[in-house]
Amino acid sequence: MIEVSELSKHYGDVVAVENISFKAEKGVILGFLGPNGAGKTTTMRMLTCYLPPSHGEAKVAGFDIVEESMEVRKRIGYLPEQPPVYHDMTVGSYLRFVAKIKGVPGPKLNSRLDDTMEKTGIAHHRDTVIGHLSKGYRQRVGLAQALVHEPEVLILDEPTVGLDPKQIIEIREVIKGLGGDHTVILSTHILPEVSMTCGQLVIINNGRIAGEGTPESLMAQLKEGEVLRAHIDGPPGAAVREMIARIDGVLDVSQEPGSEEGVFLVTSLPGQDVRDALTRQVVEDGFSLRELRPLDMTLEDIFLSLTSEEVTA
Amino acid sequence: MRNFAAIYSKEMRSYFVSPVAYVIAGVFLFLSGYLFRNILMQFNLWCLQFGQRAQQMGGQMPALNLNEMVVTQFFGVMDFIWLLVIPMLTMRLFAEEKKNGTIELLMTSPIRTVEVMLGKFFACFSLYSIIVGLTLVYFVILEAYGSPDWGPIFTGYMGYLFLGATFISVGILASALTENQIVAVLLTFGMLLLFWLIDWSASFAGPTAAKILHYLSFIEHLEDFQRGVIDSKDVIFYLSFTFFCLFLTTRVIESRRWRR
Ligand SMILES: Nc1ncnc2c1ncn2[C@@H]1O[C@H](COP(=O)(O)OP(=O)(O)O)[C@@H](O)[C@H]1O
Ligand SMILES: [Mg+2]
Repeated sequence: MIEVSELSKHYGDVVAVENISFKAEKGVILGFLGPNGAGKTTTMRMLTCYLPPSHGEAKVAGFDIVEESMEVRKRIGYLPEQPPVYHDMTVGSYLRFVAKIKGVPGPKLNSRLDDTMEKTGIAHHRDTVIGHLSKGYRQRVGLAQALVHEPEVLILDEPTVGLDPKQIIEIREVIKGLGGDHTVILSTHILPEVSMTCGQLVIINNGRIAGEGTPESLMAQLKEGEVLRAHIDGPPGAAVREMIARIDGVLDVSQEPGSEEGVFLVTSLPGQDVRDALTRQVVEDGFSLRELRPLDMTLEDIFLSLTSEEVTA
Repeated sequence: MRNFAAIYSKEMRSYFVSPVAYVIAGVFLFLSGYLFRNILMQFNLWCLQFGQRAQQMGGQMPALNLNEMVVTQFFGVMDFIWLLVIPMLTMRLFAEEKKNGTIELLMTSPIRTVEVMLGKFFACFSLYSIIVGLTLVYFVILEAYGSPDWGPIFTGYMGYLFLGATFISVGILASALTENQIVAVLLTFGMLLLFWLIDWSASFAGPTAAKILHYLSFIEHLEDFQRGVIDSKDVIFYLSFTFFCLFLTTRVIESRRWRR
């Protein structure tokens, strides 16, 4: 449904996006994750035909974004970072205007409006002037605007930024319901967002792709060098730590920050399981092992590790 | 056509929902009405003095010409007020869309830039025509007291339609160049004044240059209309100027699509 190959965008000397490629199949919700300035907005602007790419190409719904821009634009719904609303219009008349310029045929217009307002929960604000709405409701109107013509592809740029926690949860629920019918690309710099809503992840940093896959496969990629959390009852001081550090395959030991004495984080070399060796050693030295478990990598860690690697590289 | 209509009615609604249209129309009508009154009072005074003179001299003198002394004068004043008012009608057209980010909606919708531009142009032109039309009232009042020659009045108003289209096209172009409405107003003033006064420098230029400068002047072409003459060279001047600016506007807006 969306095929991006070797897409780049330069603003003069500034390289905003460099050689990115990814694919999204029909019906998936793809999370486009990266810190501020990573190039998310720039990429989305290229996919929506707002900006031409400097190099490379992309197809959306089977059409080239440069050569067949009109066909692409018929098939996308786009929510920019700042919802593109007219503050002096009412919700109803604004959506009617958008539906018209998106090409919704006259007879279907009213039912599309009702449907969209229902889905985004703004039906009771139909006659409210948009400038009088709260930020959260304005965001919903922005979402409704992107949905009104039932596009095959939805492109949402940081749809929850600036909302309060309750509004974020509500918008996320709406977005989650959109997968299946629509192919959705959703950008964010907030991790919980993607882990909750997206089936596929593309991580972007400094304009380049830093990681890609399902949240699970990304996690597996990082499992290689595993971190264990070990709680060992032993004498205070450095003795226990040194004992662990001597074990074959252990890369690093540290006291877990913020925990009581005796809780260590043990990092092993990639592909080595040190749990048996550690257990044996503890018993041999006459200490007792209270707890030993692998620390699950959260998406936060993935994100940090992937992006910080890129920075230092 | 449907897209054009959607943009057109959106723009019209936005003019009339905000106080902008009412304030501009109100200020313009007040000013022009006030000036019209003064011109009439002046004419009255002249008539009195003229009558006394005629009596003193005991002879016949040609009658005072209402058209020359009131209509032409009034037109001369209105020209200039339009130069001040039109930039305020056009400033928001594209600058506001850029500032609010709604330009992203327009540019990513399956709608051509020309349709957006024309919708905006004709909405502004309609509002302008309505305000211009309202000033016809003054001449109806004139009709009640004298007998003006309606021919030059009508061609004068036609001239205003052409002049207005040209001014608006300049204003839209300026609005497309910036996201700051104040900058758009100032740019428009600058360009309009330049073309307003351009034939002044004709006096100091060589014969060919003088001809060109005269041809480019906005008032030169208006004077024919206000004398009651519809000359195709004037019509062609205004229309081609308008087309040129509108064409440039479309290119400016679209330039983002080809700036790789
Ligand atoms: N119009 C522009 N002109 C110059 N540089 C820009 C422009 N837009 C974005 N950039 C730069 O491109 C990079 C990517 O920006 P952006 O795509 O907005 O990132 P994100 O949306 O991920 O925060 C940033 O370094 C930004 O400063
Ligand atoms: Mg962004």
